[in-house]
Amino acid sequence: MTIPRRQVFGEQRFALLILAPAAVVIFGVVLAPLVTTFIYSLKNMELISAERGRFLWFANYAMVLGSPWFWQAFFRTIYFTFVSVALETVLGLLAALLLNTRFTGAGFLRVLVIVPWAIPGIVSASIWKWIYNPEYGVLNAILTRLHIIAEYRAWLSDPFLAMNMVIVADVWKMTPFATIFFLAALQFINRSLYEAATVDGAGVFARFWHITLPYLVPTLSVVVVMRTVEKFKAFDIFYVITRGGPANGTKVLVYEAYLKAFANLQYSISSTLSYLIAIIVLLFTVLYVRSMKRREAGEP
Amino acid sequence: MGKRIGSLVAALLVIAACAWSAPATINALFMKQAGYSEEDVTAGTKDFENANPNIKVQLTFVPYEQLEEKIITSAQAGSYDVVLSDGPFTAKFAKAGIIKEVPALSAADQKDIFAGALSSTVYGGKSWGMPWLNDCKYLFYNTKMLKAAGFNNPPKTWDELLAQAKVMKAKNIVKYPIAWSWAQAEALMCDYTVLSAAFGGAMFDSRGNPTLTAAGNKRALDFMVKTLNEGVTNPNSLEFVEDNVLATFANGDAAFGLNWTYMYSGAMDPEKSKVVNDVGVALIPGSDKAVSATVNGGQPLSISAGSRQEKAAWQYVQYMAGRGFQKTYSKNAVPIWQSLYADPVVIGYNPVIVKLAGEQYKYLVNRPSLPYYSEFSTDFQVRIQEVLRGKKTSDKALQEEQAFAAALAAKK
Repeated sequence: MTIPRRQVFGEQRFALLILAPAAVVIFGVVLAPLVTTFIYSLKNMELISAERGRFLWFANYAMVLGSPWFWQAFFRTIYFTFVSVALETVLGLLAALLLNTRFTGAGFLRVLVIVPWAIPGIVSASIWKWIYNPEYGVLNAILTRLHIIAEYRAWLSDPFLAMNMVIVADVWKMTPFATIFFLAALQFINRSLYEAATVDGAGVFARFWHITLPYLVPTLSVVVVMRTVEKFKAFDIFYVITRGGPANGTKVLVYEAYLKAFANLQYSISSTLSYLIAIIVLLFTVLYVRSMKRREAGEP
Repeated sequence: MGKRIGSLVAALLVIAACAWSAPATINALFMKQAGYSEEDVTAGTKDFENANPNIKVQLTFVPYEQLEEKIITSAQAGSYDVVLSDGPFTAKFAKAGIIKEVPALSAADQKDIFAGALSSTVYGGKSWGMPWLNDCKYLFYNTKMLKAAGFNNPPKTWDELLAQAKVMKAKNIVKYPIAWSWAQAEALMCDYTVLSAAFGGAMFDSRGNPTLTAAGNKRALDFMVKTLNEGVTNPNSLEFVEDNVLATFANGDAAFGLNWTYMYSGAMDPEKSKVVNDVGVALIPGSDKAVSATVNGGQPLSISAGSRQEKAAWQYVQYMAGRGFQKTYSKNAVPIWQSLYADPVVIGYNPVIVKLAGEQYKYLVNRPSLPYYSEFSTDFQVRIQEVLRGKKTSDKALQEEQAFAAALAAKK
């Protein structure tokens, strides 16, 4: 049976028609801004500059990469990313191992552990800003009552301490994410393996090392990649808790890009930064995906 | 069929007619903190709508920190017609084409508005808005603590303030006598502007050339460090913005604090304050170089570059900045109109502040009106904080900032 030509054409047209809205959305709100941002990064788009609109090609990239503030923000971002991802992964794994055992109230605990993750970022950041408040914060109150500190402290007035306090807030919020992933993976491990290992005389750590961990490696990679990419783009938590201060101690790359655009009106520098952030994130992803594939192939 | 087309045409005509006679809707952006309250603005806007039934106004309130980005991001689309701007933004917004030029006010009006407030709306000889919120910082002090320390009058100079604070600390009246807004934010620049001017310094000269290494600027920075080292400044000040200064003062944890007018009603509010009966407000201290100095915190209303309702917007701006609104709602902010300072309604709301404002405005200092002020400010905030935290000497910080500002001035 042959289908009439008209009908084929009609079907194609119909297909195009129903694809059109999605295409408009993708071109309009994803591709067009991407291209525009790239063009901005090649031009002088400083709104208050007399030479606005002039093509500079890669001069913006050279300028940004040659600036000490870029590298300072870069290393701050790296520190934030690695420390918080490491903490979240370890804590998430421990929590998942606990929740994977059978005990009364496990179901309730599983629900409870998700709560921080379910709270919107801005809200949890605001909560932590209050917890850290030097005069009326809960943290000071608890620590003084427990006699851990003698008097109230300003948690956010030292640059390095402030960064670590932001990490604590972020770890609190995002550990559940890792927990859920690990918990899901743990449920798939065949329990008879553990029983067999126990019979063979393997201890708790040996069982964890030789059975649990190998099973969790793919999940681990996924969690680490996703969290690293997300951390590199962290913005809201810094915006709410520290606004980049004190003394720029928490000014990470994305916050720097935000300030350049919305305080200084330097859209070109901000666009350049955005592309550099995207490139760095891409590099991380490629590295992780490669290492993941190598492991799957059984290489060390 | 014909009937159907007929009714369709009729329906279209009705819609068109509605659109034709529909009132113009303008969107206005205000802030949630300091100065006129959200209720004041909403009530004043209702008054305006009643007087102008063909204009509807939709209000949006955001925290001060979000004003700038809201104005910038909405400029192209014209999401807001009227925007509450800030003195230090005027030059930048005007140059970047984010706000529209507005008609000049009449000579009589110009004469009646405080010069400092008016100048914050002018850039390149053109007018870019109308002064709306008239504000400057004052010295707030706790009268009870002052008396307990054995002083009858608030300090006239910063050295005197330091001496009084030391006595308070020694007598254990208050742990940290002074609270400042020294967080890495524009609030820090406001306090620094006050201190630098009080010690005879200035960050830029009248032609916009940086003068960071001037002696007065160094004296101001050294004074800040000294109060920290002597333990009279609350070390948490490095995290504080104005609201924290108010809260600390209202809680009875500070004897002195610099703040805007709203601190007066805040500290007198029995629901929020424990020091309702002990609130004193005075002229900001000076030094051998100046009697006093305060910073202009006036905020103008401007019209967004993307506005398609320019006429209605300007009408609304003139109403909100007009004598009527400013008189009726003068509880939380003092008027921009000098003639209103003799008005019994205005005096009745705030006898102390109104009387003091007339005197304090004589020593009003503007933050530099330069297109690249934000860039300068964000950089300088960091360097000041480095000095306060003992990571850098005041000399080094000011020299570095001078070089940074000179490079900015040369680039633009």
